[in-house]
Amino acid sequence: MITLYDFELSGNCYKLRLMMSILGVRYDIVPVDFYPGREHKSDWFLKLNPFGELPVLVDDGLVLRDSQAILVYLARKYDTTGKWFPVDDPALTAEIEIWHDFANRITGTASAARLTITMNYDFDLEKAQSGAHQLFRTMDEHLWFAEREGREWLCKADHPTTADIACFPYTALSEEGGISRQDYPAIRRWLDRVRRIEGFTAMSGVFPASRAREAS
Amino acid sequence: MPIAPSAAILDAWHVFSAAAEIGPGPYRSTLLLDTRLDYRRGTNGEVEVRRRDTGAALLVIERYGFAWTSLGSPPDDLFSIPEFYEPDRKNMSCGSLGVNVSAPRAVENFLDMGHFPYVHTGILGEEPHTEVKEYDVEISYERDEILATRCRFYQPRAALSADEGQDVEYIYRVPHPYCSVLYKSCPADESRLDVIGIFCQPMTEETIRAHLLQSMIDDENTITAMRRFQQTIFGQDKPILENQYPKRLPLDPRAETPIRADKSAIAYRRWLSQKGVNYGVIPQAA
Ligand SMILES: [Fe+2]
Repeated sequence: MITLYDFELSGNCYKLRLMMSILGVRYDIVPVDFYPGREHKSDWFLKLNPFGELPVLVDDGLVLRDSQAILVYLARKYDTTGKWFPVDDPALTAEIEIWHDFANRITGTASAARLTITMNYDFDLEKAQSGAHQLFRTMDEHLWFAEREGREWLCKADHPTTADIACFPYTALSEEGGISRQDYPAIRRWLDRVRRIEGFTAMSGVFPASRAREAS
Repeated sequence: MPIAPSAAILDAWHVFSAAAEIGPGPYRSTLLLDTRLDYRRGTNGEVEVRRRDTGAALLVIERYGFAWTSLGSPPDDLFSIPEFYEPDRKNMSCGSLGVNVSAPRAVENFLDMGHFPYVHTGILGEEPHTEVKEYDVEISYERDEILATRCRFYQPRAALSADEGQDVEYIYRVPHPYCSVLYKSCPADESRLDVIGIFCQPMTEETIRAHLLQSMIDDENTITAMRRFQQTIFGQDKPILENQYPKRLPLDPRAETPIRADKSAIAYRRWLSQKGVNYGVIPQAA
């Protein structure tokens, strides 16, 4: 049985809830009081993850941290289609890894801005926001050209991969960090496509497809 | 140039931090009414607050797990929530969350039951139970607060302690221009009411920190789980609040459609007008 150590308002935790919902994997949640309780820095949690970061996923005694690593684990272990993290095409696997890294950069900027505004974290807000805009410009351009070539997803495949799941949450939550998506139409269309993936689940602050028509 | 708040706001107590988040050590900083404040817990355990612009020390009281200060001449005490002091209550802050909205918009949304089925689907409401039934609203001039009673709403999951849907009874108080306190049927004990407070810290006219209080009757669930429940709900409200336009609350009764501005909202806007509140609102044209 899988246990997810989870904070509802965390985009990186949501990533895993989203992936497991799409894959139809059942799991238990142990709520961790990230804010205001700072429970991710508590003794019991640090024993589970010495880095003091959420999420942590435990599967049959195996303790995993790092949301992208866990995405790969879930896809390799529970995705019977083999499409979410394909390993038979080296170029595609590498491309997915590039976007996993990109997702971490989004966390380092867009999520930092959101934490500063919503939970009073002490990051440099303007730097975080402008960093996020730089990434979103790159991503918007990438998606725009992909659409011109008939592709709908971040990587060169005719189906979504863990790359799309990894980049979705903090892009969809960017406005809570004061980062408007007005100038990124291709990103808005891509967010809507992710929302229509079968098995999609929302989180507080991220609406399902019927409620949010970003593309216009 | 920020506007100068009128006496109704300048002389009021305003929340600026959860008490538990104020420690000794270096000063922390926040914004209240466009004014930068620095605060810490002094060696005697008392909270110290000063304005950065003038260096003036400000008055502080700690109530309901939060610290409150004033930029003017505040009353002797804050509005009372006697239930908070009942010994078997689980009292907790559910966080102080920054929101890109005016304080009055946040309070008005808190008073509105109509959004439950659409925004808090499966928790505080669910289609087809969308009707807001008739309820009573009064402005009590003696207590200087708004009271909405006999509010009822069908809720699939009224609180974490609820294991089935139920018709939930609500009482709303607005005892402060930027604060509201909600009493609702307690799934764990029919004779009592759970208490949920939203205390808005007006950082600027259009940005707040919403300080969330829960005072619950619940032996089963942990504080962490109860916080999570409230944060899930508030996290659903947040994008709705941030997309309201205009961000300041219009006080002219003709400014917005009567469907949105329902009975308690009309009373709230009238009360703000009568008090001469000018901050976070679009005042009625004279
Ligand atoms: Fe709400």
